[in-house]
Amino acid sequence: MKNLLILGAGTAGTMMANKLYKELDPLTWKITIVDRDDRHYYQPGFLFVPFGVYQPEDVVKPKAKFLPRDVDFVIAEIEKIKGEKNEVLLDNGRTLPYDLLIIATGTVPVPEETPGLKGKLWYKDIFDFYTYEGTTRLAKKLETWKGGKLVINLAETIIKCPVAPLEFAFLADAYFTEKGIREKVDISYVTPLPGAFTKPKATAMLSRLLKEKGITVIPDFYLERVDEDRKVLISYDEVEVPFDLLVSVPVNKGDEAIERSNMGDEDGLNFIPTDKETLKSKKYDNVFVIGDATNVPASKAGSVAHFEGEILLENILSYINGEPLEARFDGHSNCFIETGFGKASLIDFNYDTEPLPGVFPWPVIGPMGLLKINRANHLGKLMFKWVYWHMLLTGKKLPVSTHMSMAGKVTTE
Amino acid sequence: METMNAQHIEVNEEGYMKDPAQWTEEWAHEVAREYNINLTDKHLALLKWLREKHNEGVALNIRKVGKSGLVDIKEFYQLFPGGPLKISSRIAGIPKPVSCV
Repeated sequence: MKNLLILGAGTAGTMMANKLYKELDPLTWKITIVDRDDRHYYQPGFLFVPFGVYQPEDVVKPKAKFLPRDVDFVIAEIEKIKGEKNEVLLDNGRTLPYDLLIIATGTVPVPEETPGLKGKLWYKDIFDFYTYEGTTRLAKKLETWKGGKLVINLAETIIKCPVAPLEFAFLADAYFTEKGIREKVDISYVTPLPGAFTKPKATAMLSRLLKEKGITVIPDFYLERVDEDRKVLISYDEVEVPFDLLVSVPVNKGDEAIERSNMGDEDGLNFIPTDKETLKSKKYDNVFVIGDATNVPASKAGSVAHFEGEILLENILSYINGEPLEARFDGHSNCFIETGFGKASLIDFNYDTEPLPGVFPWPVIGPMGLLKINRANHLGKLMFKWVYWHMLLTGKKLPVSTHMSMAGKVTTE
Repeated sequence: METMNAQHIEVNEEGYMKDPAQWTEEWAHEVAREYNINLTDKHLALLKWLREKHNEGVALNIRKVGKSGLVDIKEFYQLFPGGPLKISSRIAGIPKPVSCV
């Protein structure tokens, strides 16, 4: 009997467990998956909780519900991956041997990386919204907040779901407008990037939208520390931005177990050096990496994990059969961008092609407007919650091609 | 196709060197002056490190420079004020750093 071990039962790990369970012979392969938490969070839903669109209970379900019964689900903290010995040590002292390892340990916000961020203002005037606790506490704060300087800050460029902070800004504008206090709220978007986004066409569209909504963008701001007494953000080059309410996207890091295993990239962020096309670890031959845990130059997002999953399945089957790894991940990413007032936009891109305008030919659902802002995209975004729980996690094929397609995209305007 | 100075070094529309192999220290000094930077030994050591990392195929970001053992992030900003990675990459003759999102 051979062991296939998956570390992390989030979006990517759960999906891989389901896909591999269908493909591998149960008499030859035993699949084990490890996670510290028995609850699965619908992370795209965290964005909507502060504005009362989703209630906290809408975004959490038991993990076991989405795993095949014959997959062994171990709840424990990972102490160390011992790549030379082909085994993983857990914090309860148990050692899990493997023939093939998939690392899907994701990323977490680490506010402790920035002095003053997780101090006396944390969950009083400073909130994150990428965690269950942060987003539910922020919802309570917004209910009674009377207005002032709302600052949305990205502490790093490599973060989970790079469009979510923008969506937060758009939704905040709509929320305070509908509440009748928009004129009392000054919204700033403070980012280390040179603009609202990085790729030119999407940046142009998003910058226009931010301007229309009266949201100030402060670019090239790389956060060093927070002065808690004066309530200001201070950058490495000593630029200051004052706030009354700070919605922070803290530095994102890979799991601490990656650091303990000495498998992280040299920037100290604990993301694992991974071949960006085959998704194989650069360090060990029988280790593959998927989702937010990799250092591949793609967005850290569920859609990316999904497209990677299709490639990884093929490559793992090739690996098991002793064949060359031929499937190539192209960096495909696809995401809805909620823009407030019941509308949204849609972008679709990969390593080499920036988000372009046009239409996205979505079978069954119908064409969706790329880089356009409309109601259909918003409904698509809401419908995605159902798709996530019922299709994506359980490893079903989605009606979207794995490699990015140029069909419908307009390359010149 | 744009060129800079008498050495006819080809650069792209943003002034980044097309072939890092053409780099010379003299060229670095000339580009640094555009940013009002006088290159010191510390600058040059860092440029050398950036060029080495580029040759190894490493995708650079500010944090990696901060872990280089040569400077921390604060000093990096002081050496190349404004946009340290963009500016130092240009002076080091390596491509403009790309962001993945």
